[in-house]
Amino acid sequence: MTPIIEVEDLWHVYPPNITALKGVTLRIGLGESVALIGQNGGGKTTLAKHFNGLLKPTKGKVLVEGVDTKTSDTSKLALIVGYVFQNPIHQIFSSTVYDEIAFGPKNMGMAGKQLDERVIKTIEEVGLSGYEKTHPYDLDYGKMKLLTIASIMAMKPKVYCLDEPTTGQDHVGRRMVATLVKRLNEKGATVITITHDMKFVANVAQRIILMADGTILADGPTRAIFQDERTLQSAQIKPPQVTQLAEGLSEYSVPRDVLTIDEMASAVRSKL
Amino acid sequence: MSEPAASVRVEDLSYAYPSHDLVLRDINLIVRKGEMFGIIGPNGAGKSTLCKALNGLVPHFYGGRFSGHVYVADMDTMKHTVAELSLKVGFVFQDPTNQFSGVCMRVDEEVAFGMSMLGFERGEMEQRIAQALKQVGLSGLEERSPFDLSGGQQQRLAIATVLAVKPEVIVLDEPTAQLDPIGKGEVFETLRTLNKEGYTIIVAEHEIEELASFADRIAVIDKGQIVLLDNARETLVQVDSLKSIGVDPPSVTELTHTLATDLDANTSDYPISLPEAIKFYPEILKGRRIQ
Repeated sequence: MTPIIEVEDLWHVYPPNITALKGVTLRIGLGESVALIGQNGGGKTTLAKHFNGLLKPTKGKVLVEGVDTKTSDTSKLALIVGYVFQNPIHQIFSSTVYDEIAFGPKNMGMAGKQLDERVIKTIEEVGLSGYEKTHPYDLDYGKMKLLTIASIMAMKPKVYCLDEPTTGQDHVGRRMVATLVKRLNEKGATVITITHDMKFVANVAQRIILMADGTILADGPTRAIFQDERTLQSAQIKPPQVTQLAEGLSEYSVPRDVLTIDEMASAVRSKL
Repeated sequence: MSEPAASVRVEDLSYAYPSHDLVLRDINLIVRKGEMFGIIGPNGAGKSTLCKALNGLVPHFYGGRFSGHVYVADMDTMKHTVAELSLKVGFVFQDPTNQFSGVCMRVDEEVAFGMSMLGFERGEMEQRIAQALKQVGLSGLEERSPFDLSGGQQQRLAIATVLAVKPEVIVLDEPTAQLDPIGKGEVFETLRTLNKEGYTIIVAEHEIEELASFADRIAVIDKGQIVLLDNARETLVQVDSLKSIGVDPPSVTELTHTLATDLDANTSDYPISLPEAIKFYPEILKGRRIQ
């Protein structure tokens, strides 16, 4: 797989002396859907902020499309890697949904009919049609979150970094974000999602990177990582409830590597 | 046998924020003394507003149109100030840092702050601070800054600040929404302990799999109305009703509902927690389930 992000022995120290990353090495391929998981304070956000140059390495290297982020222009990097912040209030600054989404493509030099078409299409894709003239702060939390993703989508980056898109969301909101992430990934985008929601991870991510204390504890396919009970326990992470059920039933020859309710239902049916 | 005493009684409550439509419609419910009571429902359904009606913030602070009655520990919320009510009902917000005074540089001062506003004496305060911090597992961190604590510790400190007043009821509005898994676990564990100590606890939550394992009863709110209100089990097995308003039941419950025809299972068989499912499924798989 063509790598789009390459991280080599990355260290990051926040002044005066808080070491948030302690020698992280990884590669993310074009078109992957990756979940960055682990407890707060483990280094997830610090790592993700290196992908679009919001942070620069204290030591080590980050390459995006082969270019070192230390030498590349942050505004150009932002066109390749779009970053959606955890708190929508930190990102939103326009007074209508339309203007918020138009801002990025306008900065890229789009105008007139082309710009309008891009904005309208993005609004449709995230299901915010009808809210064009609404003030972003009048949207409910779930729709505000979709708006912040839409404002990045309008620039069509190759990579999306989503920082805790499911935090504070109700179940409908979590599902809408999951559907959107899946669709972006199916269309070829690379998606990196920071999240604490393991049901979400099981549904949308092919790969898990588990972080703790500034290092990578585990990195592999979602199905395999959710089987690694010892590592998950050391990070105090519980796999989805159906996966835990499958593990609890392994002596009845139910496959242990179940991720979703549908997979578990099929597994049980095949044993009846 | 006499009815257990009620901690909270809500009668025909309807409410609208100033210049808005009704957000609560005809709410009726009783929460018994010592009960662990869960409130679930989509965002915007009225969960937070209902919570705020229980400590008088609605309508005293927010204004708006209020009809019906809310009684907490036999006090009519319309006839008492928020300060008077706060002696009987403690309120914990989603974001603990919203709860902090912002002026206290130490954990113990933060717990003292609320009490000093309510006029407690120094000696009494010291004793209550020590006890409240012990109850939430923060003993030993008295001198730390509230802002240097982890998310879970901050939320437990917020709980300690209301515990120090020794309320009868504690109301928590999505207390784990902003926390990581460790923080969520710490807060749920604290709630379990407090409930065992006899506190009445009312908690609005999206973490339904957690709620399933410890709530006595659960109310489901949609569009300002209570649509389901029953024992946790009876509420959570209503898979189709829950899903129709966008609430996902516990995965093991949804799984069993999906398989109901294959398993010939009734809702009364559905597991609502992982330990229940780990008991239920082997009987199915061994083909030894007693009908």
